[in-house]
Amino acid sequence: MSELTKLNLQGVIQGLRRGEFSCRELIQAYFERIQSLDFTINAYLYTDEEGALRKAEMVDRTLAEWRRSPQGELPPLLGVPLAVKDVLCVKGMPCTCGSKILEGFVPPYNATSVQKLLEAGAIVLGKTNTDEFAMGSSTENSAYGVTRNPWNLNRVPGGSSGGSAAAVAARLAPVALGTDTGGSVRQPASFCGVSGIKPTYGRVSRYGLVAYGSSLDVVGVLGRNMEDLALVFELMAGVDPRDATTVDLPVPHIHLDRSTDLSAIRVGVPKEYFIPGMQPQVEAAIRQAILHLQELGATVLEVSLPHTEYALPVYYLIAPAEASANLARYDGIRYGPRLGGEAMWEIFFRTRGEKFGPEVKRRIMLGTYALSAGYYDAYYGKAQKVRTLIKQDFERAFQIVDVIAAPIAPTTAFAIGEHTDDPLAMYLEDVFTLPANLAGVPGVAFPVGFDQQGLPIGMQLMGNYFQEELLFRIAHAYQLTTDWHLRTPQ
Amino acid sequence: MVEVEWMADYEAVIGVEVHAELATRSKMFCSCAVVDSTIAEPNIAVCPVCAGMPGVLPVVNRAAVELGVRLALALECEILPQSFFARKNYFYPDLPKGYQISQYEQPLARNGRLVILTSKGEKTVRIRRVHLEEDTGKLTHILKDGVSYSLIDLNRAGVPLLEIVTEPDLNSAEEVRAYAMTLRNILRYCGINSGDMQKGVIRIEPNVSVRKRGSEQLGTRTEIKNLNSFRALERSVAYEIERQVRLLREGREVVQETRGWDESQGKTVSQRSKEEAHDYRYFPEPDLPPLTLDPAWLEEIRRSLPELPMARRRRFQTQYGLNAYDAEVLTNERVVADYFEAAVAQAPHLSPKTIANWICGELFGLMNQVGGEFDPGRVPVESLVELLSVLDKGTINQLTAKAILAEMFTSGKRAPELIREKGLEQVSDQSQIAGWVSQVLGENPEQVQTYLKGKEALEQWFFGQVMRLAGGKANPKVVQQILREQLNKLKEQA
Repeated sequence: MSELTKLNLQGVIQGLRRGEFSCRELIQAYFERIQSLDFTINAYLYTDEEGALRKAEMVDRTLAEWRRSPQGELPPLLGVPLAVKDVLCVKGMPCTCGSKILEGFVPPYNATSVQKLLEAGAIVLGKTNTDEFAMGSSTENSAYGVTRNPWNLNRVPGGSSGGSAAAVAARLAPVALGTDTGGSVRQPASFCGVSGIKPTYGRVSRYGLVAYGSSLDVVGVLGRNMEDLALVFELMAGVDPRDATTVDLPVPHIHLDRSTDLSAIRVGVPKEYFIPGMQPQVEAAIRQAILHLQELGATVLEVSLPHTEYALPVYYLIAPAEASANLARYDGIRYGPRLGGEAMWEIFFRTRGEKFGPEVKRRIMLGTYALSAGYYDAYYGKAQKVRTLIKQDFERAFQIVDVIAAPIAPTTAFAIGEHTDDPLAMYLEDVFTLPANLAGVPGVAFPVGFDQQGLPIGMQLMGNYFQEELLFRIAHAYQLTTDWHLRTPQ
Repeated sequence: MVEVEWMADYEAVIGVEVHAELATRSKMFCSCAVVDSTIAEPNIAVCPVCAGMPGVLPVVNRAAVELGVRLALALECEILPQSFFARKNYFYPDLPKGYQISQYEQPLARNGRLVILTSKGEKTVRIRRVHLEEDTGKLTHILKDGVSYSLIDLNRAGVPLLEIVTEPDLNSAEEVRAYAMTLRNILRYCGINSGDMQKGVIRIEPNVSVRKRGSEQLGTRTEIKNLNSFRALERSVAYEIERQVRLLREGREVVQETRGWDESQGKTVSQRSKEEAHDYRYFPEPDLPPLTLDPAWLEEIRRSLPELPMARRRRFQTQYGLNAYDAEVLTNERVVADYFEAAVAQAPHLSPKTIANWICGELFGLMNQVGGEFDPGRVPVESLVELLSVLDKGTINQLTAKAILAEMFTSGKRAPELIREKGLEQVSDQSQIAGWVSQVLGENPEQVQTYLKGKEALEQWFFGQVMRLAGGKANPKVVQQILREQLNKLKEQA
């Protein structure tokens, strides 16, 4: 492995500025690695080596100029390679959402999150694999093949941001954007042994994020440690005039120091998140990590989030309901492939019938049903009411504790094909991640151990609204005193 | 409609849904320009948002909300401090997102009223709700070389619309027409749109049902679409009432359905039955937070509302002593009413009635000749006042004034200039007029004889001859006075 792809963001940024290596060398190192590994892992659906190298050369010129006469600030991410989940629009690059129905679609606009990072100097390496329209927990629902877990190629990387998590774990990108609708950043981060942030709903613009569940979707980041995540997060967060659901609150400049003293922190442990059937090593690793936080000075309290068990049914009514409308635009009329037919309806039926995958169709039908006349109150309406109760669970808990520590998934990465015939078993994978999306609260994920098969185990910290900084600080203290996040797959 | 005797046993119950485009600069949820989609090149005002591209999001146009609030206030509605957008789901190629963003459970405003005037007097129509939504694109179906194509123009997709729904308070085609016209006047007054039905900026859909007079129960209703003029509206409702009454009298049932108006055949035809109706699966639009209206902003809009046609009509009657007809004609259009009031203000020496007569008579006539719309720029208020003032002073006579106004209208010149140019100034000089009178009497001895024999009506004829000789410039009062003096003199001599 080239030494360059081992560097974290701080290493990349400092090395570039000091002239220890050129941006071109850095980008080349990544593409060499992608070339040698990615036909096995399948993290990327699209790469743009030519474009990235062209930008790298521009960065090198800028850096040379700056080193001659260092004046003014350089863009904070100048020359930083970035992978982007294929549900986020990058101008000029195909955006398939892992679906055949968007095959060949090239958006003429950048997602706001992407745009802000490009303005900060980042270079997009390519687009990463995802479950079709982010619907899934394993990337097995991608129409372009499953992504393999770099820790064990027979295992799934988690999902739906499995491509981004695998890319970061396999050092095919130092940092990657993902999205989290029901756990899609945190769960793959956990399965691939990397760090991830799911910001507060409304903190990062959704403009240019191809919608799945609009009231749940959040753009997040996957990376090697909290410092890297914090840097990217603070650059892409903030109110966006193009997204009316973003909140106009100042984004703090997040400074993570060497302090590991957590004595002012109260950590809640929700009893509902430790359920029978959990893989014992997962539970043990989580309990150990919580103990570690306690050793750093944190006060640990048991809390209750009583409506946790309803998160799954509530999510699988609300997300599909929103999806059923969000995905109505894929009709073969304006973009994407169109399957012929004489009559208008034939075009609709054939295009959607043949180009959507089975999980997408399942959720469209679920959602359509939940919104139908006569069923709305019993399903969608009721789900919204219970969602409020779930939100209130968190509000009550955060009156007592500062953050909530919990497992991300009941198991480590499962085998490819293990759940494909049983959608319900697959849905159960999300049981610990869904509540944060339903409530809209932020969460970070980070590795806290490995099981006997050498598969990573992740833990999440959930925080109160807009308290991402606190989550970063606590997880950073954990990472300063542990080395799980430094381990790499062979 | 033929008034049939048995119709009297039945009563029509009609509610009206109106879709009004908002004349904002940009669309409802994006910054695309609103263009006239009847003339603009197709798909020139389209962006990723209104084309429903993946990943884009709507942002509410504040100007559209403001216009919506204006209308809601004009209709005396209760404005909801917080309203919600919702998605109305259905598939159609002119609907790029596969859903229309509309309002459903909590609309912008509700419980309003509009007073209309019909041949039977005033009537209050209750407004159930006013809500904001976005328009769809437009499909054109063409046949080329034996193959049919559907072309999609998205210029109109995302243009802001207001939907205005009445309670079923209307009972006749005449009332429906009066409601529609009154509403149109208000839309124009409030600057919400041009009111041009041909261009589809107002789309009216009446829901018609009939029942036996005295019955409490509502009959099955049908909805009429494709109405692009007030005439079509009135005719279609009349037709539909009669059709339904006939069905009931024959012991048959009215089917709940949507019917289209066929202008050439003069009848409504079935388009879509209830069974084929969509389940729109409304749910709150997750991309838009609730629309919260700041009370201070509402108050600001309320203060900026113009005086509305009905109030203005009443004021014109009391303040200017106009009759109901003149007051109505002058207040239907805000631009006309403003013109009238400006003229009155500039000419306190003239009677408002005179000014009203000139506007409603001559000026309307001239405007009509060139296509209808009242354009105050053709004859600025100052010019009209100037003209009417010289008329009042007797510098010119009525006939000349009319000719001058027509000239002003086409040339844009002002009255004094035209009077000077053409030498149209009225002659009141006694001796000059006496000369013309003598000339006329001298040249027409036979008529003078007949007059002297007792046919006094000839005095009018002499008057006309004098005026003609004078080229219309003679002061008619002076002519009349001198003519009578000379005729009297002749009588004495005879």
